[in-house]
Amino acid sequence: MWDSAMTTLIIQGTFETLYMTIASTFLAYVIGLPMGVLLVTSDSEGIVPMKLSNKVLNIIVNITRSIPFLILLIAVIPLTRLITGTSIGSTATIVPLVIAAAPFVARLVESSIKEVDQGIIEASLSMGASPIQIVTKVMIPEAKPSLIIGAAIATTTILGYSAMAGIVGGGGLGDIAIRFGYYRYETGVMVVTVILLVLVVQIFQEAGMKIAQKQDRRK
Amino acid sequence: MRRVTNIDNNRSQQPIIEIKDLVKTFHPKSGEVKALDGINLSVNQGDIYGIIGMSGAGKSTLVRCINLLEKPSSGHIFIDGQDISTLTEKELRITRYSVGMIFQQFNLLMQRTAEKNILFPLEIAGVDKETAKKRTSELLELVSLPDKAKAYPTQLSGGQMQRIAIARALANNPKILLCDEATSALDPSTTRSILNLLKEINRKLGITIVIITHEMSVVEEICSHVAIIDESKIAEYGRVEDIFRNPKTEIAKKMIYSERELSPVAMGKNLYRIVFDEKSSSDSVIAKMILETKAMVNIIYADMKNIEGFTYGQMVIQLPEDELSASRAINYLRSHQITVEEVGSNVG
Repeated sequence: MWDSAMTTLIIQGTFETLYMTIASTFLAYVIGLPMGVLLVTSDSEGIVPMKLSNKVLNIIVNITRSIPFLILLIAVIPLTRLITGTSIGSTATIVPLVIAAAPFVARLVESSIKEVDQGIIEASLSMGASPIQIVTKVMIPEAKPSLIIGAAIATTTILGYSAMAGIVGGGGLGDIAIRFGYYRYETGVMVVTVILLVLVVQIFQEAGMKIAQKQDRRK
Repeated sequence: MRRVTNIDNNRSQQPIIEIKDLVKTFHPKSGEVKALDGINLSVNQGDIYGIIGMSGAGKSTLVRCINLLEKPSSGHIFIDGQDISTLTEKELRITRYSVGMIFQQFNLLMQRTAEKNILFPLEIAGVDKETAKKRTSELLELVSLPDKAKAYPTQLSGGQMQRIAIARALANNPKILLCDEATSALDPSTTRSILNLLKEINRKLGITIVIITHEMSVVEEICSHVAIIDESKIAEYGRVEDIFRNPKTEIAKKMIYSERELSPVAMGKNLYRIVFDEKSSSDSVIAKMILETKAMVNIIYADMKNIEGFTYGQMVIQLPEDELSASRAINYLRSHQITVEEVGSNVG
């Protein structure tokens, strides 16, 4: 039962998991970072108040976040097929992962940016900074340590979601755990995949915290 | 005093800041709050203009209206003759390059070094790297912190942070520097050194300074003019010497004398406040008055100040019950051009 084929499978699974996680996190930030920034700037107290856009954005984020991932995973299958041409495998899993993670990332980014002292924003405005300059030169750089911690949280959460995708043949360690560990009662495989998942989460989390700490000039 | 006179002579026709009928109303959920109600104020080139008031009087809102960080509900703000409320966003940003501002909490970028903080407004204004770099080291020199170029704000003391903030505010060669409670978070000796730096900037660079404060001592130390703001309106304004010598409104008296409130025990009848100008105070008027009028005078309290080169002060004295000698004493003082006024049951 435990042979070189299984080892290859697990190594492959690990890489698939990493691929899904990293690609999804990246794409989730491509969408979620601007969304999070917009949530802050368009707020009635923000630098470019836009009441309607803010409301719409908040509703979208809230709705997407309240759909359980497993249901979202199945519900977006047509879209997944449209984009990737298939609904199974790790590349296909990236689609629902990004859809689920982007609003989550938006909220993380929002809360990080809201931590930036309002006085610093005001000082920048007094110097004649434009909204774009405030976002790129003040909000994001000042929130950097917090944004990095947020990214570590996002990555590990997405990793967890990716394992869930195993249920519909999503590939990666989660898939292996379900196929071998759950359907075939191969406890050994289950244990190995769980250990590997825990390890990967630990590495991402630790690395994120270390980088954030190093970047933080406030202490 | 000489400095003020000079500026008076060179004064251009047009004030550098002119505020006309400014009204600012806030609409919190609990109703309407009028923060500023019909403010009119002119600040001339080279003035150090103090705006003083109790907390909640509206002074911070007023200074934020000068660079439109707060949008006035109605009224006009003229900077150098230009009505800034009519400017487009872009034009306003360019106007803001010439109006520097410093704050109570310094508001430095925490993830940037001192040097990079000073560079920040230059980046915003699109100044080329070479020039910006040169300007930054000049400014570090000006605020006497060249050795702190690479330090992050958390590695600096409050006074040093405010110096960096001042350097940053001056980066784009502003004509005006707005100071919002800039020394309120600092200890007295640091406050003095920051005020001296501001004085020096005013003198050397001719920058007009507007100072918002709740501390009379700040006005006393540095300002040429002062406006006292109370309940969203300007109660009184003018040259610092004039206001200190002869405050007319209740609030002005309160602001000027509040730090030295008399205890109720010391209160009595026949109390008079006498106000000196520079001649009388150096002339032992009280001693002469006692000798000449034979009135028994009880000095309740006295305070002398040095403002803009003038020594003057005020004293609260108790005159005898006997009306004749009391009025003789008053007449003596008045004949020496000293302001005498009866103090009610309450000095403030």
